[in-house]
Amino acid sequence: MCRLSAITAARYFSPMENILALETMKEGHDGSGLGLMLKDLGGEFEHLKGYPILSGICSHKGMDILDDYMVDKGFRVKHKWSPDIRPTPGIRKRDHYLAKAYEYPEPYRDRPMAEKEDLLMRTRLELRAIGEPDESIFVFSFYPDILTLKEVGDPLEVGEFFGLDKDPLKAKIIFAQGRQNTNYAIYLYACHPFFIQGYATMTNGENTAFVPIREFLSGRGNPGYMGYNSDSEVFTHILHYTCRTLGYPLTYYKDVITPLKNNEIEGRSDRDALKLIRKTLRPLTIDGPNCVIGFTPDGHVFMTQDAKKLRPGAVGGVKGKYALMSEECGVNRAIPKRDTSTDIYPMKYDMVIVSPNAEEVTVWNQLDN
Amino acid sequence: MESAGQLIQSDELTYQDFPYIIEWREDRCTRCGKCTAVCPVKAIEPTVRTQRVVRSEGSTPVPTAKRITVSVVSQSRDIERYCVGCGTCSMVCPTEAIRPVYNSHHRFLIYKNKGGNAYTRGGRRNDPSPSTVEQLKFTRISMLTDPALDAGRHEFHIRTLLGRNLPPEQLPVRVEGRKLVKDAEAFIPPVREIFPIRIGSMSVGALSPHMWEGLAMGVAYLNEVEGLPVVMCTGEGGIPPRLLKSRFARYMILQIASGYFGWDEIVHAIPEMKEDPCAIEIKYGQGAKPGDGGLLMAYKVLKLIAEIRGVPQFVDLASPPTHQTKYSIEEAVAKMIQAMSMAWGFRVPVYPKISGTRTAQAVLNNLARNPYAAALCIDGEDGGTGAAYNVSMDKMGHPVASNIRDCYLDLVKQGKQNELPLIAAGGMGKSGHLAANAAAMIMLGASAVDIGKYIMQATANCLGDEYNRCNLCNTGRCPRGITTQDPKLYRRLDPDMVAQRVVDVFRVADTELKKIFAPMGRSTELPIGMSDGLSVSNREIADRLKINYAC
Repeated sequence: MCRLSAITAARYFSPMENILALETMKEGHDGSGLGLMLKDLGGEFEHLKGYPILSGICSHKGMDILDDYMVDKGFRVKHKWSPDIRPTPGIRKRDHYLAKAYEYPEPYRDRPMAEKEDLLMRTRLELRAIGEPDESIFVFSFYPDILTLKEVGDPLEVGEFFGLDKDPLKAKIIFAQGRQNTNYAIYLYACHPFFIQGYATMTNGENTAFVPIREFLSGRGNPGYMGYNSDSEVFTHILHYTCRTLGYPLTYYKDVITPLKNNEIEGRSDRDALKLIRKTLRPLTIDGPNCVIGFTPDGHVFMTQDAKKLRPGAVGGVKGKYALMSEECGVNRAIPKRDTSTDIYPMKYDMVIVSPNAEEVTVWNQLDN
Repeated sequence: MESAGQLIQSDELTYQDFPYIIEWREDRCTRCGKCTAVCPVKAIEPTVRTQRVVRSEGSTPVPTAKRITVSVVSQSRDIERYCVGCGTCSMVCPTEAIRPVYNSHHRFLIYKNKGGNAYTRGGRRNDPSPSTVEQLKFTRISMLTDPALDAGRHEFHIRTLLGRNLPPEQLPVRVEGRKLVKDAEAFIPPVREIFPIRIGSMSVGALSPHMWEGLAMGVAYLNEVEGLPVVMCTGEGGIPPRLLKSRFARYMILQIASGYFGWDEIVHAIPEMKEDPCAIEIKYGQGAKPGDGGLLMAYKVLKLIAEIRGVPQFVDLASPPTHQTKYSIEEAVAKMIQAMSMAWGFRVPVYPKISGTRTAQAVLNNLARNPYAAALCIDGEDGGTGAAYNVSMDKMGHPVASNIRDCYLDLVKQGKQNELPLIAAGGMGKSGHLAANAAAMIMLGASAVDIGKYIMQATANCLGDEYNRCNLCNTGRCPRGITTQDPKLYRRLDPDMVAQRVVDVFRVADTELKKIFAPMGRSTELPIGMSDGLSVSNREIADRLKINYAC
């Protein structure tokens, strides 16, 4: 089972905090990979909020192809960042790890954000299609104020490999996943967190309802609903579909993946809508065991579980900084000075939501509405 | 040496030509005559024959030969009176002196065309080999990385939806504050939440009053006492008026077929109905006899049936192979589905049932485009019937597994797999594994399955099998009293016992479905289309159904 480590804060912090928290949960991951996703970036990206950042890995050949492609599409490089690689035994260094901020192509600069998002997703998918067959290009995200790093290896070693203990790279929301490789080959596109148009999730556990969910999402006509090298990628796409495509408030994500029973729905004030959703979005029901941690474009961070098997999760912190982890020890490592009596262990009806800038944490309960 | 002509008549068949040979034990038989009296086809008869007996008696025994006359039970060699193997003789025999034995070398079909009459019968395809669905196994077992559920402890939602589900993008909801609100005026197509195994269409006329009553009582009990929303389809010909106007009508799917029998009565009863029916099934085809019509023999059209169907007594009731007023699927969809929907104010799901066919996807795609079509039921080649030509049953039709799979994957391509439910019928539980067959079809993409033959076998001990045993449904002489209108025969059947067995069957199916879904980690929703859970040890089937090959 993978281990999840999310921190959201009002101030910038280093991803090493997440990695060190993962280290305390080490019995739960086998060091087969680390995925890092940073949102609301500080450091050298602090003043580049409006510029989409392309995060990925390329071979030398892939880099040339990528650069040519981006120039051809009218993207102009605004800023480049790459980790200061420290060779580490057991981690195979690839040619280029990159995060490049671009200026939008001229015709898109004044377009609405939704159109820009579609352009960015299309571009990411096209680059993926070009580079995936020979693994010359991996693109994890292409979106403003989002930076993603992924590599195979022990999380702490990967963190040091990327030089994150020295690098001033910081952000206000950082997700990290320590991978426990189970039924899928170690492949970078199978590594959490997953991202689409401002929405991200990382999950642990297995998704027993994966195939029907994948088939339902694939039929929604969104080219971004693809990949699925991991059965957990659907969690991100369900979030995107629920909140962006259908426009439902965030709490309905919980109602979609773990719908209430008919008699429970009767207790909700929005029962009429909920009954319709339950039928219409029935194929998106999960059966666990899963713990899902995600963020939305506006900076809300949440944790929720399946309704039966309940992969564990703990949320704790202080105003201005909260940690959402697979285990209590991870929370202790990230935010040791806190009132532990206020820690939250979400149960089957719960969705823990931390507001932007870690202002406040609320537990939304499916039944209390 | 005598000539062969003196030994046998060349137009006379031998016992070896017959599918069942009567094994009669003279030493046990008391000559009570029950077996010959009860035989539904007069395949056995009491007769006498001379016998040479050699006895040695006296103080110095000397063998003495005598010819005596003995009474025996003899099997007819008349092809019109062939032994059907029903075994009713064995059932009544007090000394276990008689039984039919299957003869695998028989040449029955070669001779069963006497008088130029093609062989007709009831039952289903005579092919005892395991069907495709029977070969599917559940191989995605949750182990360690994904703890299995507990079938006895966890809550399971073994329910399916019958009706047209709106696509999410078209749901009439809007955000108000942080909540979703449904538009009050919006039309929502009717959708029923039912148990995923249904009792398929069998008419009041085809079944005896006791059988039909037993099924209906069992279904009502399951709903009202057990909380299992099992529904049954009436078949063509309507239902008794009291039932139609009762609150139990909501457990009934009313079928309209090409003869439209009973529909004048139903339509006139609508204003008096307390409850809407569960659904309306428009029968376009039947898996057992694809492209063929229906026929209720005149001798089954007794007073009650004539009243329900709105016809005179004792006339043959033929339903034509097609709906005579329709000439295209567009018309069928537009007229029938919309007309039926309108009759109940668009509160009742209306869907067609077709026989399995290579053209099923053409039908499917037409339905997918019609927002009122509530489902598609496909009846495969293993479906049963009360009466059909043997050639239709044995050789016509399409296996249901690949038909359903193709249709499901077609819907997946269109993103409509949750909008138009598929119902699989034909051969479910043929080998006794009802829940496993149902679960396999669900994982291939069906939303529900129908059973017919299985429920007759399980609840009323129907004798029919795929070795052509019994299969007398069409003659009105059903030895179990299931498919007959003869009171002497249907009195053999206790409707309360049938109802009890219906309840048993569905309670067990519910338990077994949980025992299948729990180790696969599924409980919240029916695993429709969870094809990664299935495997088969036949490469061609695996490729065709796009499932795993495991061996």
